[in-house]
Amino acid sequence: MKRAVFPNRLLPYLLVLPQIAVTGVFFFWPALESVRLSVFRTSPFGDKSFFVGLENFRKLLTSSEYYSSIVNSFLFAFGVTAIGLGAGLLVAALATQKIRGLAAYRTAVLWPYGIAPPIAGIIFLFIFHPSYGALPYWLSFVTSYEFNWLLKGWVAMALVIVATAWTHVGYNIAFFLAGLLAIPASVLEAASVDGAGAIRRFRSIIFPLLSPITFYLLVVNLIFSFFGSFGVIHAVTQGGPGRATEIMVFKVYNDGLIGLNLGSSAAQSVLLMLVVIALTAIQFRFVEKRVTYS
Amino acid sequence: MSADGAAVASARVDALPRVAAARRGRTFDWGTVVVHALLILCVAVIAFPLYYAFVISTQTVPEVLGRPPLLRPSGHMLENYAAAWQRSNMARLLLNSAVVAIASALGKIAISMLSAFAIVYFNFRGKSVAFWMIFVTLMLPVEVRIMSTYEVIGSIGWLNSYAGLTIPLMASATATFLFRQFYMTVPNELVEAAQLDGVGPLRFLWAFLLPLSWANIAALFVVLFIFGWNQYLWPLMITNTETMRVVVIGLQDLIPRTGTHVPEWNVMMAAAMMALLPPVAVILFMQRWFVKGLIESEK
Repeated sequence: MKRAVFPNRLLPYLLVLPQIAVTGVFFFWPALESVRLSVFRTSPFGDKSFFVGLENFRKLLTSSEYYSSIVNSFLFAFGVTAIGLGAGLLVAALATQKIRGLAAYRTAVLWPYGIAPPIAGIIFLFIFHPSYGALPYWLSFVTSYEFNWLLKGWVAMALVIVATAWTHVGYNIAFFLAGLLAIPASVLEAASVDGAGAIRRFRSIIFPLLSPITFYLLVVNLIFSFFGSFGVIHAVTQGGPGRATEIMVFKVYNDGLIGLNLGSSAAQSVLLMLVVIALTAIQFRFVEKRVTYS
Repeated sequence: MSADGAAVASARVDALPRVAAARRGRTFDWGTVVVHALLILCVAVIAFPLYYAFVISTQTVPEVLGRPPLLRPSGHMLENYAAAWQRSNMARLLLNSAVVAIASALGKIAISMLSAFAIVYFNFRGKSVAFWMIFVTLMLPVEVRIMSTYEVIGSIGWLNSYAGLTIPLMASATATFLFRQFYMTVPNELVEAAQLDGVGPLRFLWAFLLPLSWANIAALFVVLFIFGWNQYLWPLMITNTETMRVVVIGLQDLIPRTGTHVPEWNVMMAAAMMALLPPVAVILFMQRWFVKGLIESEK
C-alpha cells in the first residue's frame, strides 16, 4: 500500500476529471438512457413516446426471433472460443517442446491478431465463395454436398466463426506460451525421470497448472466473441441467410438504427448489459483468486 | 516481459541436452522432427488465408475466377493496388484510420496515467467512487449502448468528426489499472525523497514517473493502436460521409456482392491487404512490446 501521498486538495480532482468526464458522458449517461428507453415505446421519428413498463421485455422474451438470436450468439461464441482455445493450446504446447525456434514460431502465429475480424471475414468470404472460392472447389472432390453459405445457414455460421477465430488464435497462443514457460522445467524433468510420457506429463502436470490461464482465456474469448463480433457479421453475412447468423449484438443495431424500433433495441441493450456484467463478474472473481493464491 | 525472460531462460536450459546429444555423435531425434513438422503445418494453416488473399491481389479477374484456383502470385499486383487505391479513396481512409488509432491510443494513455496518478498518490474524497466508475466502463462496451450513445454524440454535434471518432474511445479501465499497478511498484522512498527536495506532484509525475513508465507506455500503445485501427461499430455509427470513413468500413464498397458486379476480387483483396498491413506490421516490428502489452494489460 502506498502511504506517501501529496497533500493537494483540488489537484486530484483535476487529474481524474478527463477520465470521469469521458466515462460519464459516453458511458454512464447512454447506459442510463438505454435503461430509460427500454420502458418506453417511441415512435420512429422520436417525436412521441409512451411509458409501457416491461412491455418491450415481454415482447422480446416471447419472440422466437429473439430466441434464435440468443442461440446464434452462443453458437458463435462457443465456436470461436473452442477453436481459438484448442488451436492456441495445440500450437503453444508444440512450441514449448524442447526445440529451437520458439521465438520465430511465436512471431509466425501472432500476427493475425492485427487483422480486424471484418477484414478476415472478407478474406474468408472469398475462400468460401460458392463459385470462385478454393474451399468449395476442393470439397467438391470429396462430396457432392453444396457448401454454399448464401443458401445454407450453418455454412455461413462456420464462415464467420472460422474467420473470427483466425484473428484471435494468436492472442490465445501468447497467453498459453506465457503460462507454459512459467512451469518450472524441474517439475517436468522429475516427471519424465519417473517415467511419465509426453501425453501423461501434459494431462497430469501441464494441464492442471494451465487451468487458471485456460479459464481466464475462456471468459475473455466468450466476452470478445459475444460483443466484438458485430463487425464480421455486418461486413459479411448481414445476419443472413435467413436469420442464421443474426446474433444479439447485430440485432440491437439492426432493430435500433435500421428498424428504428428504439424501445426494443434499448431493452435488448439492457439484457446484453446483464450478460456482460455477469461475464465480467466471473472474470474478476477469478482474477481476485489468482492474486490471493500466487 | 515475463514471457520473453522465461523464453530466454528455457532456451538456455534446452541448450544443455542438445550439446550433449551432439557430442554423442549427432543422434537423429525423430521426435524433434515431428514437432517441427507439426508446427510448420500449423503455421502454414494460419498463414494460408493471408497468402491466398495476397495471391488473389496479384491476379487478373480471369485468373481469379479460373478453375482450379491458381495458388501462386501473378504479375498484376501494381495495377490492382492502384485500382483499389483510387476506387476506395484509400489515402483518405488510411489517414482517418491512422488518426483514430493514434489519437485514441495516446488519449487513453494520457487520461489513464493522470487518473491512476490521482488514485495512487492522493487521498481525496470520492476516490473510491472514481475508481468504481472507471471499473464499471468494462461492463459497458459500445455494443450495449448503441442507440443512446449515438444520440449523445448527435446532440453534441460530433457526428462525422475526429472528436466523435476518438474522444469517446479514450476512457480505459484496463489502461488505468495497468498504470495503477505499475505506480504501486514504484518504491515509496522515491516519492519521499522527491517531497523532501520540494518536488511538486506534477513535476514528480513528469520528471520521475513518466521516464519510468516508457516500457508500459510503449506496450500499451501497440495494443491500443491495433484496437483503435480495428474499431468497427463505433465509426460505422457516427460517420456517414465518405471523407470521414475509416478503412475497415470503407473498403467494403469494393466487395463484389454476388450477381451485382464484375467479380473484381483481385481489387478487393488488394484493398484488404492495404488495410491490414499497418496493424500487422506494428505487431511484427514491435512484437516484444505487443506481447508485454497484451499480457500485462490483462492482469
